[in-house]
Amino acid sequence: MSNATGPIAHFLAFTALLRRSGFAVAPEQTMAWLAAIELLGPTEIGDIRRAARATLAPPPERFAEFDALFDAHFLGSIVPTLEAEPGDEEPLRVAEDASVGPEPLFGDETRESGAEATTAERLSARRLAPGQEAETLRRFARALPARMPRRRGYRWRSARSGTGTDARRMFRDAMRHAGEFVRLRRRRRDLRQRRIVVLIDVSGSMKERTQAHLAFAHALVRAADAVEVFTIGTRLTRITRPLRLKNRAQALAAASLVVADWDGGTRLGEALNAFLAVPRFAALARGAALVVLSDGLERGDPTGMADAVARFSRIAWKTIWLTPLAADPGFEPRTAGLVAARPFLDVLGDGGSVERICAHVLQLADARAA
Amino acid sequence: MAVRHTIVGIGSPRELEAALRAAYYLADEELSTAAYLALALGKPLLLEGAPGVGKTEAAKAIAGVLGRTLLRLQCYEGIDAAGALYEWNFPRQMLALRQEGAYGGDIDIYRDEFLIERPMLACLRRPQETVLLIDEIDRSDHEFEAFLLEFLSDFQISIPERGTIRAYERPVVILTSNRTRELHEALRRRCVYHWIDYPTPDREMRIIMMRASGVSERTAHAVVAAVGRLRREPLAKLPGIAEAVEWAEAATLLNEQGTRWPDAFRRSLGVVLKDEDDLVHVAPRIDAILAEAQA
Repeated sequence: MSNATGPIAHFLAFTALLRRSGFAVAPEQTMAWLAAIELLGPTEIGDIRRAARATLAPPPERFAEFDALFDAHFLGSIVPTLEAEPGDEEPLRVAEDASVGPEPLFGDETRESGAEATTAERLSARRLAPGQEAETLRRFARALPARMPRRRGYRWRSARSGTGTDARRMFRDAMRHAGEFVRLRRRRRDLRQRRIVVLIDVSGSMKERTQAHLAFAHALVRAADAVEVFTIGTRLTRITRPLRLKNRAQALAAASLVVADWDGGTRLGEALNAFLAVPRFAALARGAALVVLSDGLERGDPTGMADAVARFSRIAWKTIWLTPLAADPGFEPRTAGLVAARPFLDVLGDGGSVERICAHVLQLADARAA
Repeated sequence: MAVRHTIVGIGSPRELEAALRAAYYLADEELSTAAYLALALGKPLLLEGAPGVGKTEAAKAIAGVLGRTLLRLQCYEGIDAAGALYEWNFPRQMLALRQEGAYGGDIDIYRDEFLIERPMLACLRRPQETVLLIDEIDRSDHEFEAFLLEFLSDFQISIPERGTIRAYERPVVILTSNRTRELHEALRRRCVYHWIDYPTPDREMRIIMMRASGVSERTAHAVVAAVGRLRREPLAKLPGIAEAVEWAEAATLLNEQGTRWPDAFRRSLGVVLKDEDDLVHVAPRIDAILAEAQA
């Protein structure tokens, strides 16, 4: 295939086009596609398209884009600008960074959000600098692994004392000792860290604190096994992936590119419901500790927010809400949304400083009492 | 790439579609193309889709069409090689050792009779008689996914005491995922991929008529319309195809026992929506939805 000509070159040009558009296409997939075309002895363009979908495996949420590129390449139609799909009734956008490989991460996200900006949403990119709380976060990261909330896992580990006998080990030992059981071996279920899901409010009213919150989230992602971070505002955006970068400044910069709704309004109830409506996000919250960093200023209907928090409290292991307003010792929740949601929260606490937030997270594993 | 043009007499996606229909599975053109390509190219078939769209059913139907036994490996968090590949039968090895010890003989405790075969090993040893279904791969840990990657590229495994076991022919492997998490890119690209969506109303209706017994066409039509409407609601668990079939059957049963029509649907709503929150969410509008569906 080194000096491809004719139809093969045309097919190869399509895979090249896909790569340029941010689809991950491996050489072995291209080969499978060509083999498939030969196999089907295509009688119509539909065969080629179906073979392409099956072998090149575009992610389902990008099917429309994939088809548009296919049409443009093989049928010569004009690539439509990527508007929201016609059937898309969801008023609140859900953005996710995991749809593509490492390289197209930024390009894709920024373009998509640019095309779908509405006047109601204030879109602005923002540079984030590392916070001054570096020392607090360093101490937090060091203390966290030992104090993460844990649950019993499925795997068995051999242990000095435990609930079960480790038959496999005992028989192996016995075989070394001419079939005599020398010692009783025990095992027990392994403990695993619970997932922590962090929702960061990036609306205008939280403007002062978003940087510190992101820095905290970065420290958390780096220090614990399973953490998921989302920002909520006028949109819901998953930023776990950019935050995995080791260097904090880089991670925050990458995250800030993904998030498109800095300092806009808040539609907390809708954002929380949007989270629950995506089954694979909702699955992340199951059995996890949910940490919401928000002042709870809901512009919309407070019942939507209360319903969402109630559902969260049922699927999550623990639901805690940290608001900067609680820094005041005489704090009582006054916003309608927070008042309605309060009965479903395990903890409604002070999120006024990174130190306080870190302290709350470190206390997650302690007794359930707030 | 070893390409086989025909597998048990099936030489094109259309022929596979017809064979699947005979096995009571209605596949659309996309699915039959993907499945045919997977069989012909000797690659694993990765089926993704929401719960209840018939991924596992598709695997069963394909195994049926090929006339092979389906080996199902259900994934779960913490699944390991002992559950997926093989395990030594320690108690039997022990007994054999003791017996031999008493009679002073020499025994090989790593013989076949001491090996407990798990689905993946069974599939490697009898690739022509089996279809391996690795179900809900998204539930397993990342470690298992990496281990699977190795298995799916070479179709061989090594047992330290026995050496390498290799399939003499590429086995048929089907993987399913509910997409609760993103699978590793390397796993996706080893497979032929198909995303199973909820069926079109027309196809769902034909599925109900084929799968359910004694359901009238009008009932099936109403169920399809109502279920289609429910799938647009923000529910925790969207009704799948199996739920639609059950609803049609349940409502028909209630109707035969004397419950009038819209009521028969409403009273059997529990087979479609299995979450209290969802029921509460839908309750104020269910009458309107049913009336619209029956129109």
